[in-house]
Amino acid sequence: MAASPYLPTPRYARWRKWKSGAITGVLVACALAVIAPLFLVIYFLVARGSSSLDWNFFTQLPKPTGELGGGMANAIVGTLILLSMAAAIGVPFGVFGGIYLAEYGSDRFNYWIRFAADVLNGVPSIVWGMVIYLVLVVPFKTFSAYAGGVALGLMMVPLVMRTTEEVLVLVPQSYREAAMALGITRWKVITVIVVRTALKGIATGVIVALARIAGETAPLLFTALGNSFWSHNLNEPISALPLQIFAYGLSPYDDWHRQAWAGALVLMALILALNITVRILSRDRKSAA
Amino acid sequence: MSAPSPRSILPAPGSQLPNSAFKWAAALAAGMIVVLIVLVGWELYVGSRQSLFKFAAGFLWSSEWDPVAERYGALPFIFGTFVSSLLALVIAVPLGVATALFLTELAPLKLRQPIIIAIEMLAAVPSVIFGLWGIFVLIPWLRDHLFPVLKHSLGFLPLFQGPIYGLSMLAAGIIIAIMILPIITSISREILRSVPDLQREAAYALGATRWEVLRIAVLSYARRGLFGAAILGLGRALGETMAVTMVIGNRPQISASLFAPGYTLASVIANEFTEATTDLYRSSLYELGLVLLAVTVLVNVAAQVMLKSMMGSGSSKVA
Repeated sequence: MAASPYLPTPRYARWRKWKSGAITGVLVACALAVIAPLFLVIYFLVARGSSSLDWNFFTQLPKPTGELGGGMANAIVGTLILLSMAAAIGVPFGVFGGIYLAEYGSDRFNYWIRFAADVLNGVPSIVWGMVIYLVLVVPFKTFSAYAGGVALGLMMVPLVMRTTEEVLVLVPQSYREAAMALGITRWKVITVIVVRTALKGIATGVIVALARIAGETAPLLFTALGNSFWSHNLNEPISALPLQIFAYGLSPYDDWHRQAWAGALVLMALILALNITVRILSRDRKSAA
Repeated sequence: MSAPSPRSILPAPGSQLPNSAFKWAAALAAGMIVVLIVLVGWELYVGSRQSLFKFAAGFLWSSEWDPVAERYGALPFIFGTFVSSLLALVIAVPLGVATALFLTELAPLKLRQPIIIAIEMLAAVPSVIFGLWGIFVLIPWLRDHLFPVLKHSLGFLPLFQGPIYGLSMLAAGIIIAIMILPIITSISREILRSVPDLQREAAYALGATRWEVLRIAVLSYARRGLFGAAILGLGRALGETMAVTMVIGNRPQISASLFAPGYTLASVIANEFTEATTDLYRSSLYELGLVLLAVTVLVNVAAQVMLKSMMGSGSSKVA
């Protein structure tokens, strides 16, 4: 009698077991393949970037083409300036929007705002660059740090809004009721009780958003543009690490390639530091709860 | 945290103004989301008006891109965007789903958290760093090792014919795959976790092996959600800019070979926008941006709808 799936023979049972074991092996291999690129990228960043990381890299301006040496001091400062400007836009709008969603909005309104925020999150970052170019670069006839900061800041808004809403909703309703029962007005209940309780969670969301935009290059290409000097005026083009990495990485000079790797290592370290801060903050939150 | 003293936060009697001012400020901030969506769509329309009226629908299927002759067509870029993104999906979806299966069903508890953290870190690596790594590490390896093997063994397919440059559609697909793996994996994991244990127990009780349980009870149950995860990954892939620009070779051509260079909507904008010397040139780039925006928004909305129906309202945070 031929083996039928309905009448298991010992041979068929062995085959099924073997197949199951083989696929388990495949799944393990897939998981390894997925995390391998992380280690490969970090390995090459350290191997190729660390040798060019010296004092000059952090303190000097880029040298003109053909001259060796120089650094990315202006790009590092530029990235920090752009991130501060982005936070100045993204944090107030994001946090207030999150407060509205969690404390005031009707279900239907909230549904559409959330939906819109998710759609906005999916807008390709290069498109943000094109939009801000028309809004802030063309009218003022200059690429500027302002334009770059606004582009990054607007990208932050939906991110911060969604995380703020999520943590505010977690604040127990009884806190609000207790405060209201004491006769405290609504906005003070929200700011002094609800937001303060959730402050750590909100901060975590802000840092996550900052980490996400810190490496953005595409929205800066047509807004901040980049340069190789100190920018003394926010109304002028400003450099940023991702822009500098992009420009140097595609250049034909070995020395610039080395610097691109070093810049990438610094940028990665900045982003990892932000992520580790998030981990520490959210671990405390869990243990406190 | 220390509670503030009650006296300091008691209301001044009769004053409702700060209350409504606060509420309106919050409403304004929330409404800003809608303003931003309208702004993005409107500005791209304004930017591309000239090209929209000059080329009309022909823009979409003309494959000529000649700034000197002022003739612009989007087809090579649409082709490049879709081919590179689909390649990425072909690579990333099986790997991502398999990893999610490993994490939810097989991995020892102690191993799960480190792997999840590693995947989150992978998601945090900026596009431009993947691009740099792509140019100097991945491309030389592909050119010298993987591509010759593929050409040798699968060279009878038109996909794997022609000269090997390194910079290619396939390299772009691989880089994009690495970049969308984290989101596909983490959403697939959420989906698989939402499969009730009863499903698995029932299958085990029927004497199924581990793989049979996964196939019959878990994967078939989660099919629709996993499809949603793949579509969300597609939404990310379509808009990827920097890394793709650095490895795809940037040549506006339509070639059957995956070894040939290509060009995508996002990368042509990144490369040529600041060099666009005429209004029509820039306007055509804006129209490419409009096409890109329309496609990504449609894909993202489709993914949201699919995932929401699978996981309920709690899934909205996935994007």
